[in-house]
Amino acid sequence: MTRGPVLVTARGLTRVHGEGPSQVRAVAGVDLAVRAGELVAVMGPSGSGKTSLLRLLGGLDVPTSGRVTVAGQDLSELGPDDRARVRRRTVGYVFQQLNLVPLLTAAENVALPLELDGIRPRSARAAALGALADLGVADLADRFPRDLSGGQQQLVALARALVGERRVVLADEPTGALDSTTGDEVVRLLRARVDAGAAAVVVTHDARVAAWADRTVFLRDGVVTDVAEPGDPTDLLLGTPREASW
Amino acid sequence: MSVRHGLLALLAERPAGAYQLRQEFERRTGGTWPLNMGQVSTTLDRLVRDGLVAPADADGDVPRWTLSPAGHDALRDWWAAPVARTAPARDELAIKLALAVSTPGVDVRRLVQVQRTETMRAMQALHRLRVEGAAGADADLAWSLVVDNLVFAAEAEIRWLDHVEARVARAAATRDARPPAPAPRPATAPADDETAARR
Ligand SMILES: Nc1ncnc2c1ncn2[C@@H]1O[C@H](COP(=O)(O)OP(=O)(O)OP(=O)(O)O)[C@@H](O)[C@H]1O
Ligand SMILES: [Mg+2]
Repeated sequence: MTRGPVLVTARGLTRVHGEGPSQVRAVAGVDLAVRAGELVAVMGPSGSGKTSLLRLLGGLDVPTSGRVTVAGQDLSELGPDDRARVRRRTVGYVFQQLNLVPLLTAAENVALPLELDGIRPRSARAAALGALADLGVADLADRFPRDLSGGQQQLVALARALVGERRVVLADEPTGALDSTTGDEVVRLLRARVDAGAAAVVVTHDARVAAWADRTVFLRDGVVTDVAEPGDPTDLLLGTPREASW
Repeated sequence: MSVRHGLLALLAERPAGAYQLRQEFERRTGGTWPLNMGQVSTTLDRLVRDGLVAPADADGDVPRWTLSPAGHDALRDWWAAPVARTAPARDELAIKLALAVSTPGVDVRRLVQVQRTETMRAMQALHRLRVEGAAGADADLAWSLVVDNLVFAAEAEIRWLDHVEARVARAAATRDARPPAPAPRPATAPADDETAARR
């Protein structure tokens, strides 16, 4: 897999929620760079700041200090409208709480970011159906979120993040509601998107998801405590596949 | 398990010589369990002694072996019985952590994190190997199942480390919440950095 330009950077990223004695430093000085072709997993206990970090990277929240650049644009230099445009065009975001619009069907939910971006409804719908089909749920296109299982909603939310040509995918627990085979399929798809040139950050509690990543960043109390990159497998195995001898 | 049962399984298929058995054993176990010729001959000697294996017609100069009826019975019993979950071999990590939580001054959280990073590295490497291996034209099922086993074991270890971390954090929080003991016993007092720092 080829690594391209850096698509997402965080520099000294800090986010403090609340004030006074109840204030929480959810993100406390994080540096990160994710290149095109790279899949980065973020792991850490509950409350360690994973969602807070991802929201900052996606321009959904504004840091207390530090900066984020996405596809070369410094989000802190953009007004709300321009930030929203970067979000729609460049960033696909999968929310931990999914955030599907209840009054829209699955296909309409997936087409929404494209339509907001001015793409004609007919092409937006076609793209949405394609994205749903990629995730194996084309048959759910005309159902409303309340009529979908938790796992099905998760797949629709993923389709919404992957639709179009978004080069940055940020996913918060994208396999949390899926059985392990479906979860595996989803990560495989994400990996394929990354290998085709996207940059992705995936928050997960699941080591099997993180195994697909090029790097795993461990967070605790808003701080990166460690980074794991794949080791050398030769020490782990005593051999490799062989030719049949009889 | 044993090399013993492995050789019985191979000899049940056809008579074979020691070298051939060694090759085939390695191949069928995904190359994850290399044997040396000494192990193979010693095992064969014992199997013959126990009446499970008997000499077969030689292949030229090379002596060959085959299963006796008793050998077939022993093999059938082995396939039929589950592998006993005996007490696991001493696991260095489990012992290291058990000692760490009871030894004052050891930063257990750090130890857990360092280990988790290492295990994650291994898991990512195995995963890659597996994805690349599976992409090969004649992916070897035996090999990939053994790699899967290592991936699952690494995953289980990471989950266990998460569990250890959470339990240690909870225990530290409970200790902090309690009023100080009237007569502290230094030898057993909690003294990881974490607890000390928050006091
Ligand atoms: N809007 C907010 N106002 C106040 N505190 C917040 C807010 N959002 C998050 N926090 C706090 O920031 C910390 C990090 O929260 P965050 O949601 O980023 O954790 P997380 O790592 O995603 O956890 P989980 O694995 O449970 O999803 C927590 O202590 C949380 O209570
Ligand atoms: Mg979260």
